[in-house]
Amino acid sequence: MTNMNWIAIGSIADIPPRGARCVATPQGKIAVFRTADDQVFAIDDHCPHKGGPLSQGIVHGAAVTCPLHNWVISLETGKALGADEGSVRTLPVKVEGERLFIALEALASKAA
Amino acid sequence: MSEKLVIIGNGMAPGRMLEHLLEAAPDRYAVTIFNAEPRVNYDRIMLSPVLSGEKAFEEIVIHGDGWYIKHGITLYKGHRIVAIDREAKTVTSDHGITESYDRLVVATGSVPFIIPVPGKELPGVLSYRDLDDVNAMLLAAQSRAKAVVIGGGLLGLEAAAGLKERGMDVTVLHVMPTLMERQLDPAAGYLLQKAVEARGIKVMTKANTKAIVGNGKVEGVELMDGTIIPATLVVMAVGIRPSIGLAKEAGLEVNRGIVVDDRMRTSDPAIMALGECAEVGGHVYGLVAPLYEMARVTAAGLADGEDRRFVHSDTPTKLKVTGIDLYSLGDFADGEDREEIILRDASAGIYKRVVLQDNRIIGTVLFGETGDGAWFNDLKKKATDISEMRDTLIFGQAFQGGVSSDPLAAVAALADDAEICGCNGVCKGKITGAITTKGLTGLDDVRAHTKASASCGSCTGLVEQLLKLTLGEAYNPAAVQPMCGCTSLGHDDVRRLIKAKGLKTIPAVMQELEWKTSCGCAKCRPALNYYLVCDWPDQYADNYQSRFINERVHANIQKDGTYSVVPRMWGGVTSAGELRAIADVVDKFEIPMVKVTGGQRIDMLGIRKEDLPAVWADLGKAGFVSGHAYAKGLRTVKTCVGTDWCRFGTQDSTGLGIRIERFMWGSWTPAKVKMAVSGCPRNCAEATCKDVGVVCVDSGYEIHFAGAAGLDIKGTEVLGLVRTEDEALEVIVALVQMYREQARYLERIYKWAKRIGTVEIKKQILDDAEKRKAYFERFVVSQKFAQVDPWSERVSGKDKHEFRPMASVGFAEAAE
Repeated sequence: MTNMNWIAIGSIADIPPRGARCVATPQGKIAVFRTADDQVFAIDDHCPHKGGPLSQGIVHGAAVTCPLHNWVISLETGKALGADEGSVRTLPVKVEGERLFIALEALASKAA
Repeated sequence: MSEKLVIIGNGMAPGRMLEHLLEAAPDRYAVTIFNAEPRVNYDRIMLSPVLSGEKAFEEIVIHGDGWYIKHGITLYKGHRIVAIDREAKTVTSDHGITESYDRLVVATGSVPFIIPVPGKELPGVLSYRDLDDVNAMLLAAQSRAKAVVIGGGLLGLEAAAGLKERGMDVTVLHVMPTLMERQLDPAAGYLLQKAVEARGIKVMTKANTKAIVGNGKVEGVELMDGTIIPATLVVMAVGIRPSIGLAKEAGLEVNRGIVVDDRMRTSDPAIMALGECAEVGGHVYGLVAPLYEMARVTAAGLADGEDRRFVHSDTPTKLKVTGIDLYSLGDFADGEDREEIILRDASAGIYKRVVLQDNRIIGTVLFGETGDGAWFNDLKKKATDISEMRDTLIFGQAFQGGVSSDPLAAVAALADDAEICGCNGVCKGKITGAITTKGLTGLDDVRAHTKASASCGSCTGLVEQLLKLTLGEAYNPAAVQPMCGCTSLGHDDVRRLIKAKGLKTIPAVMQELEWKTSCGCAKCRPALNYYLVCDWPDQYADNYQSRFINERVHANIQKDGTYSVVPRMWGGVTSAGELRAIADVVDKFEIPMVKVTGGQRIDMLGIRKEDLPAVWADLGKAGFVSGHAYAKGLRTVKTCVGTDWCRFGTQDSTGLGIRIERFMWGSWTPAKVKMAVSGCPRNCAEATCKDVGVVCVDSGYEIHFAGAAGLDIKGTEVLGLVRTEDEALEVIVALVQMYREQARYLERIYKWAKRIGTVEIKKQILDDAEKRKAYFERFVVSQKFAQVDPWSERVSGKDKHEFRPMASVGFAEAAE
């Protein structure tokens, strides 16, 4: 891991509280979540179970329930909660004032 | 020829009297009732829960319209009797109806006492007596303004608590130094005042009203000391007076009430009197237990049955304000020859006092912990010598004889003739007997068979313990499954409390009902969102983040994250133009699959989320709206071709199906609702396995419900036959509204119907026209807010963030 490559993706107001938006990248979709208390998390938009789009799930606390089969994924760790096992990649997020950045360093180097 | 029995008044006492009479001598009398109130017999004790919102009027009706019809009783609603002619044996109403009688029962009840102060007739001054008063208070409460309740007795405090629940700023004025001084000693009165004040109600004791002031309407109450308390609503609850004017004019002997002997006979042998208007042995009564005893005596007299006499007994007083437990019985004044035992626990807010005379209990006041009320009452009634257990008496029954402090053990130790339900005079033995012989399994069963806990409900806990004792392991009241891990409350409790506490947002529900998580989970949030949409259609703002993705984006998510779209085709009917539009959309957006559904619709599958608004825009131009194929709501009404084409058709099934669908589309329901209308009993639309179905026959429309053809397969139940399309629509809409208001989230109609019983549904929807109309009206109101096409809303830009990525990044960087 070298320098973090922070990329601006918009403002926090673009995401509804307890909601999510997608960011399209060459590696597929990243789901960016905003919780009720305005924490922001980014994870792959791909449930470890059957690939469901996590960005479409219901957000509660710092977790999301997948819309396909109700797996609950921790936004902090990317790990499945409860009895299910599996995990999804998390990405670093930075909030500067209203502006949101995610670190795509790993992606960019991979794609290059 | 049966004899003619005329009853003046239709309150709880004559209602109960008729029940006994119909049991003892069902065919003896042709019964006619004149009721000055324009409605059926209802449980007046439960007006306070109606005022506070814990119950709806429908829930406190004792005899619905159907009951009178079933028993051939003529009921004149809104008819006040103005004259009794004892010579001619007739009565005449203010609408000019004259009816002759062989036997007459006067049950005119009581009228609220209005203090004779200036301004008492100003608009905004109410009493607290009947449903009209409650409705007037509810109307006034909408302003969220200030209210003054004059009178700190039972009724006044219940009114104050109800108005406070409804959001008013309430002050109680009481002329005596402590509240409820006739039922409570000063110590308990003080605790009560503290408990009342803790709910945000102001209490002023020794407050003597001088006048009600205001110009054209109430503006405030002026006290003797000159203080003016501003108010837009004044409720007088200072007591009642027996309503005896009519009897007095007819020349019957009256005193405080209409004087009757212990068989409830007035001075005229053809006339009896009972209820709050009757005076027996020098007493008049206002609590329900002695009034029900009068009902038994009167019925026995009319039926020439057993020789039953009315005997005076003390009735315990309980306050029906949720969260304040108080119990008072008998005489508790201090006296030379009296002793008392007192227990105080300030930290727990408990006060108990037992007054003894000659080692026997003569009075009891319990505050904060009233579980032993029944036991003390029993000891008092039997005049048990308590000297043996004197030291532990005040700690209650559980402490006697080394029994553990298990409440079950306390109930087990009660004698069979110990009274459990004071309102209805039901003893322990009768309840346990009914449980065993009739195979009862739940609280509602016990209420239906014995009436125990069916009036004020304060003995519900005792009845539940009896069920537990009698049935052992087989009784499981905690079959209440919590909604989810975020709460220990079940769906039914949550629904009830949302209404009762007037909770109108998800955060309010979670705060007030003490949710264990900060913002719920994917199980409870959609349920709460539905309950709030259903209960407050005009006030609640739908919380989209609490809806499943399908209802959030108005399409059905598929396994690969694409969506399917089903436009509405009313009644399953389409046209060349519509089909052409669909074909064009399929081509333009390269939709990979088009399929016909089981509900007679066309499904387009594999649409990318980003394309949804554009797909809807094109469909909208052809006149399509959302088919709600994704909703917990009305999905489809499937039809056959009926009289328009079919040689067997008996009615216009297609037309009715379209009409139902146009009336009901857009409504949210606990789970999906699928319907069908078949034009004849050949049933080509398969109406008999739907949530609601109609099978047309020559004579009308057979309404079916509670079918299933999914996880479970179940034929429908027949709700009933109606003659016209209008009636069919009204019945179906009322049924669905009842389901909307009562079912648990995700519970289909057949499961809900199984849980509450088809008999109850028939009773409310078919037999009771008033209820049916009320359900129908509530559905119509909610539709005003629900019938908005979600697709065209989104085409015009609503929620556009849903359908676009927030950003596209990494591509340029990657190319570097």
